[in-house]
Formats: sequence, structure tokens, C-alpha cells
Amino acid sequence: MIPTEAIMRKMGGAMDEHGDGQTRRGLLKAAGTIAAGYAAAIVVRPAQATPEQMRAAMRNVVGAAPVRKGRVEIELPALVENGNTVSLVVTVDSPMTAGDYVKTIHVFAEKNPQPNVIGVHLGPRAGRAKISTRIRLADTQTVIAIAEMSDGSFWSAAMDVIVTLPACVETE
Amino acid sequence: MTQITQRWACGGALLAVFCLAATLAASAEIPLDQRRSSYDLMSRETRAMQDDDAANPGMLWVLDGEALWRAKTGTADKTCADCHGEAADSMKGVAARYPAFDTASGRAVDLEQRINICRRDKQNASPLAYESKDLLALTTYVARQSRGMPIESAADERLKPIVETGRVLFTRRQGQLNLSCAQCHDDNWRQKLAGSPLTQAQPTGYPLYRLEWQTVGSLQRRLRNCLIGMRAEPYAYGSPEYVALETYLMWRARGLKLETPAVRP
Amino acid sequence: MARPLINVPARVKRGQTFEIKTLISHVMETGFRYTATGERIPRDIITSFVATYNKEEIFRAVLYPAIAANPFFSFYTVATESGTIAFEWTGDNGFSATESASIVVE
Repeated sequence: MIPTEAIMRKMGGAMDEHGDGQTRRGLLKAAGTIAAGYAAAIVVRPAQATPEQMRAAMRNVVGAAPVRKGRVEIELPALVENGNTVSLVVTVDSPMTAGDYVKTIHVFAEKNPQPNVIGVHLGPRAGRAKISTRIRLADTQTVIAIAEMSDGSFWSAAMDVIVTLPACVETE
Repeated sequence: MTQITQRWACGGALLAVFCLAATLAASAEIPLDQRRSSYDLMSRETRAMQDDDAANPGMLWVLDGEALWRAKTGTADKTCADCHGEAADSMKGVAARYPAFDTASGRAVDLEQRINICRRDKQNASPLAYESKDLLALTTYVARQSRGMPIESAADERLKPIVETGRVLFTRRQGQLNLSCAQCHDDNWRQKLAGSPLTQAQPTGYPLYRLEWQTVGSLQRRLRNCLIGMRAEPYAYGSPEYVALETYLMWRARGLKLETPAVRP
Repeated sequence: MARPLINVPARVKRGQTFEIKTLISHVMETGFRYTATGERIPRDIITSFVATYNKEEIFRAVLYPAIAANPFFSFYTVATESGTIAFEWTGDNGFSATESASIVVE
């Protein structure tokens, strides 16, 4: 029996807690197959970025320039305990001198409701192109980092992450 | 796994555990030398978050608590510092022996309740609600002063009956799944439940920053989560049942080091 | 609201690259969550974080809802002169917070 939205709301706010649309996505798929009587109560919301949206977000940064794999390293736990707070470290191989440095680092998550995660502007004053933060990941997915160098070239790396949730999820 | 699948899996996994446990004898306490903090079962990244004071989100509540410690409050217009001086001195070791016996009321009180008693009796201030930012900040700040110290709760003889009440609550079956806390946390703590490691449920780091909550929360909040997860009726905040459970759990954790503010998934 | 928590070494050798860590209290409401009755909870996030070193920008980040609550950042910079490292967070609903630290470069 596929749960309807009313039943899922009664089960509590847990599905809202994570700021992700993943259960709502499953729900909407299921809702589409249920009788028309329920359809009126359901509002369609964008629950997940499409691959097109992520490509468009990346094009915004890169334009028409080619993006080469390499020089960028992503550190993420392979198995995430909780998608609410995931430690992310991005390191770019660069001497960070006045003539050769990292200008920007952009991070994307393909299955979040919105593909952009962060855009960082560095410069030769950074000394080291290594940034660390904590991000939200809505689902098991691929995270992509693109670095723009001072010579206008783009380099990227991608990493697959498995996202789990704690077993006995809070509902209030 | 989607959340809903996760929840059904949790229930399904719990049922499997229950069936297994039902054939075994009554839950046995974990031998003293095998007791471990949940810290040991966390991922490297979560442990790193706890270990670095510059990166531990719980420290934001400690800072807030420090400011509240020095703030005048209530119609008596007094600060905590007016009576207690520097928390680093006066509060050292305090959280490690809570919940404590309150002579005036003849009951056990946890740290949150002790703070509210002080506010009422000494500062003429209104009580702070459980899980309010201010109460969490003060509790985390006070508990932080005992970080690294071994837990000595319930050494007081007068707390023995409350420890017993807590033990009964911990070991009795309850809720729709007819499950006891002990069946998971005493008997099956080495196993995994729906992909996450089952801990021994030693409350060594409260109040703690839980990634699930994206904020700091108290042990009572965590106990509520457990009860709801087990499909049992949660008690009201501040109820004697929670304080009895807290007292038993801290007694059960005696000797383990306090980690406040801990970080947990 | 808590003061931001920043970690900057007090003294550094000239030319040395050193790490700066910052932590600030903020709910970072994504704008993708809904109440139990179906109303969308509006977005409320920090959108920008800038660090300057003696008034020159050394780090700038554009943040999206995918940044976790109570944002944490770690980044590096080169010790040039003694002075002030200043931080500014701005965001939705007019959110603004600043903090600074002195640094001695020897």
C-alpha cells in the first residue's frame, strides 16, 4: 500500500526535517497512480534538480570552456551518517603564486533540490587552495567540484557519496 | 533509502531483533570493562567535528551560556556569577554527578531542573523551558566545565531507589513493538540497525549537537526520540520518569568520561 | 544570537601560510521544507561570507541552501603584515554579522 500525503503528514514532520524533497518525490510518483480524488490535494513542487539543471548551473560558471578532469581533490565520507551535515574538503593542486593561482572553486550536488552548493573566490593571497565546510546532501549522489585557474582553464573532480539516515528517526 | 522506507526498515529490523531477543534470557547489563561511549562508533569525520573546539557547533552554545552566566536576570537582578563566581572553578565536576538528590523536594533533579530551581529561588526569575535556547546554552556551558572527568552520578545512597525506577523503565517492554531499551542497548549494541551502528546508549556528552536536529539538545529530547522510534508513548518534558531514566543511565555510565558538548549523527 | 566563533593564530611568521576557521550560529533554513499543514517555510540563509586582511579581500564565498546549519568554514591565507583579519556574514532578511581578530606577523 503506497502511503498518501495525508498519511505521511500524520506520521510526523520527519520528512520535512531534512530539507530535502526525496520522500515527497516518491510520494508524488505514487500519487500520480492514485485515483483523481486525491490529485486535487497535491501540489507539484520541484523536489530534485534534474541533470539539465545541474548542467545549466555548471554552464553558468564555465561557459563554453572545456573542463578537464584532474588537479582537484574532493574529500567526503564515502558513507554519510546524516545528510544534514556532511564534512567537505576541496583541495586544488596549484602553486598559488601571483602568476598561477586558483580563482574560484564551485561545488555542485546532482540530486539536491538545487544543484549549487557553494562558490568560493580565492586568489594568490590564499597560499593554499584548500577549503573546508559542511554541506547538506539530500540523497545518495555525485558531488562535483570545478576549479577555475588564473589562466582561464577549468579542472574538475567528482565523488560518489552514499547517504544514510539514523535508524530511529525523530518525528517531533 | 527514502525516509519512509527507512522507518519501515527500522520497524522491521526491530521486529527481527525482538524475535531473536525473545528467545534469550532477560537482558544482561554490559560488563563494566566493555562499556564504551558512542564516540567509538562514529565516523572519523563526526569524531573530528567533536574534537576540534573551533569546529564543534556545540561550542556556539557554550559561548552563549557563558554570556548568560554573566547576565543579570530576574527581579533579584543577579547573575549566576554573583553566587558561583567563575564557572570553570565552581562548576568543575558538577555535571559529572548529575542528576542529583534535591533535599528540599526529596527527589532527583537533573541539571536543567537545578538551573531552574536556582533561577526561582535565588534570582526570582521565571523557569526556562526544556530545549529553549537559553536553558540549553546554560546547561551546555555548565556541563562543559566537567569535560574529561569521569561520571560519578548516583553515588549518593538516597538516589538508589530512583536508579532502580530507572532500571525498571529501561528493561521493561513497552510500546507497539513491545520492546525494551535494554534489548537493543544492552543485548545488541554491537549490531547495526538499518545501516547505523547500535550504541550502548551511554549519555556521556549531553547536551549535545545532534546532526539530525541541526542544533544542541538535551538527554530528555533524545529519550523522546527513542520512545517515539520504538512506537511508545513519550513522557512530558521534566517528568519524573525521564529523570529516573537519566539517573539510571548516568549511573550505568559511571566511570566513563564526560564529553560535553558531544556531536552525534 | 551567539558571537561567531573564529580561530585565527595570534602570532605567525611572515610569509607563512596559516589556517583560519570560522563558525557561526544560523539555522540556514533551506526554503525546501514545509509545515505539517503544507505551507512552505521561507528560505532564510546566509548568502555571503567575506574575509579581509587589512581591508584586502582574502576569501569570499557565495552560499546556497546546501550549506549546513551553523556554517563552518576553514581556509588558508599567507601572513603578510600585522593587522586585522575581519569577517562579514550577510544573508536573507537583512542578516548581518561581523567579527574580527588581530594578528601579529613577526
